[in-house]
Amino acid sequence: MACLIIAESSIFTIFVVAYLFYIGKSLTGPTPSEVLEVPIFFTICLLSSSITVHFAGRFLERNNRSMFLVLWSLTIVLGGLFLFGTGREWHRLIYDHGLTISTNLFGTTYYSLVGLHAFHVTAGLIMLSVVLIFGLAGRIDAEQSRRIDVLSLYWHFVDAVWIVVFTVVYIVGR
Amino acid sequence: MASDAISIPAPQVREKPWVDLLHEWVTTVDHKRLGILYIVYALVFLLLGGVEALIIRIQLMHSHNDFVSPQVFNRMFTMHGTTMIFFVVMPVLFGFANYLVPLMIGARDMAFPRLNAFSFWLSAFGGLLLYFSFVGGSGLYGAGNAPDIGWWAYAPLTARAFSPGHSSDYWTLALLVSGFGSIGTAINIIATILCLRCPGMKLNRMPLQVWLYLVMGSMVLIAITPLSAAQIMLLIDRYLGGHFFDAQAGGSAVLWMHFFWIFGHPEVYVLVIPAFGFLSEIIPVFSRKPIFGYPVMVAASIAIGFVSLSVWAHHMFTVGMNSYANSFFAITTMAVGVPTGIKIFNWIGTMWGGRIHFKVPMLFCIGFLFQFLIAGLTGIIQAAAPVDWQLSLSYFVVAHFHYVIVGGILFALFGAFYYWYPKITGRMLSETLGKWHFWLFLIGFHLTFDVMHIPGLLGMPRRIYTYEPDRGWDTLNLIISIGAFIQAIAILVFVWNLISSYFNGAKAGNDPWDAWTLEWSTSSPPPAYNFATVPVVASRRPLWDLKHPEDPDSQYE
Repeated sequence: MACLIIAESSIFTIFVVAYLFYIGKSLTGPTPSEVLEVPIFFTICLLSSSITVHFAGRFLERNNRSMFLVLWSLTIVLGGLFLFGTGREWHRLIYDHGLTISTNLFGTTYYSLVGLHAFHVTAGLIMLSVVLIFGLAGRIDAEQSRRIDVLSLYWHFVDAVWIVVFTVVYIVGR
Repeated sequence: MASDAISIPAPQVREKPWVDLLHEWVTTVDHKRLGILYIVYALVFLLLGGVEALIIRIQLMHSHNDFVSPQVFNRMFTMHGTTMIFFVVMPVLFGFANYLVPLMIGARDMAFPRLNAFSFWLSAFGGLLLYFSFVGGSGLYGAGNAPDIGWWAYAPLTARAFSPGHSSDYWTLALLVSGFGSIGTAINIIATILCLRCPGMKLNRMPLQVWLYLVMGSMVLIAITPLSAAQIMLLIDRYLGGHFFDAQAGGSAVLWMHFFWIFGHPEVYVLVIPAFGFLSEIIPVFSRKPIFGYPVMVAASIAIGFVSLSVWAHHMFTVGMNSYANSFFAITTMAVGVPTGIKIFNWIGTMWGGRIHFKVPMLFCIGFLFQFLIAGLTGIIQAAAPVDWQLSLSYFVVAHFHYVIVGGILFALFGAFYYWYPKITGRMLSETLGKWHFWLFLIGFHLTFDVMHIPGLLGMPRRIYTYEPDRGWDTLNLIISIGAFIQAIAILVFVWNLISSYFNGAKAGNDPWDAWTLEWSTSSPPPAYNFATVPVVASRRPLWDLKHPEDPDSQYE
């Protein structure tokens, strides 16, 4: 998983570089400062899901399965909320501001970078849900905690990437 | 220490119908079978890419030739480059990695066998996708078939307006798919090496081949992914109307160049580093001496890995970067020469004073040493930005990188084939045919690629489909083409050798070369479980210790 994260980081790096390179290069509007709002609430959701997934793993280690399931579901809910936030933001951008992936360079880079991240969140949510289903079926106990740790490592990575994306898109880019 | 294979009682070994055999091969997750699949697959593509090279050379044989149309010529050099890099050298190196790494570190299999099979089939179907473009590339537009954008696919050639139809999409998707396959295999190689070493196999006792695969795997993770990312951007541009590389909307064609070469140059080192590994295994065995300067070799490999990540823009001196960037990339490029030079000295140091056996694998390795040195020297010439402004995009560059890839990597690979074929099949390759192969290929190689430097210096640009008769390039190009055909004959000898020796070759036994690494301790071909008992290692040359218990290496390390 560490190797996969290195490889993924390098993919994200390229997209981030492209985003940074094209800041302010759009020939037509809308520009980021006109249309982007900082999604503080949803960012907090995603970042706190890192904490819940971590403690879920710790509870599993001590074979406390009910607390594991509670925190694990909470992680999925928080991740889902974040994805909902992204969806809402995109809906607003597309319908209120007419910004699509082909409108201008900002649109192209914004949707690619945020979309790539959202894709990873989605993939993560699917994997988390699979684990939840197994968990509800009673198939997950302390023996699996190493495997669960690998998955939560991925989830931490998705969160860490969001910090970078957030900084680049909502702070530097505006 | 590992003993021979467990003998299986006769009634259990029965001839199976071919459908079962095929099914076994398609569904296999055994690292040795996947390794063989990778290698055979690469050999098929080697022949395809070779035919494309011959078409190019026939067209350029004399001025105003009309053997193929300019459009077909463009497709040929695109497909030749793409095939040879992504579907010949990468898979053949992964094949050897799959086959050798677990055997060399005394493991049962790779760390993730099913991921391994998945990665192979991704790469395999990537290659098929690329070649399917010959059939399906024209799409609705009737606009040419195979991709004709050059293997760098510079923007804006890939834009919809200049590349209608689907040919470029086949190129993009093929590379994306096989790129994911490469990442999977790289993860697998690294995890295997770090987690599955047998007892006593410390990192500083690993065979150099394994070390170099570790460096290669790490580089694949960092170097292939930018290409995948850039391919995703290109797809967004082509299908979703994005503007990443669309200069009309403020996008940048130069950004594609950067992204491509951030992948493209480390890629060369991804390819050559395992070739260094082959040399580091073969030269000591045929010089009857342990490798000279093992720790320095490891350090130099890692140094090459690091430095090569920061040299990419030397492919772009002519784009017009500022002088600081030019100087930076010129200096880093020359700096790569230092660890590489250390390696060459160490190989020579290994041979120095050794009892050299001039068997075919060793011949190829000696060829490598000379040719890779020259390739490195012409590389350093071009690393100087002002010289590069003159030589860039000329046949000098083509000669240079073919010197690296054919004269270096391919020679090392041939050496590896002759060295490990007995282990893989249980039979020796014919030495006579091998010598024919070596000498024919050597002569053909030098005819082609030595001479190719000259039209480059005279100003012949690469990727032109023909040229004017008054340029004085006719004779030179004729010689180059003749050399190409001699190489083709040598390859046919090689393929014939592979096939005929499989059926008629002398039985190899476990250890035909009196070698020292673990793969030679098990039977040839190795059983599915590799080692009957888990080997325990006390030095860098475990088999030497076994054969010479009175004077083991472990006393000195």
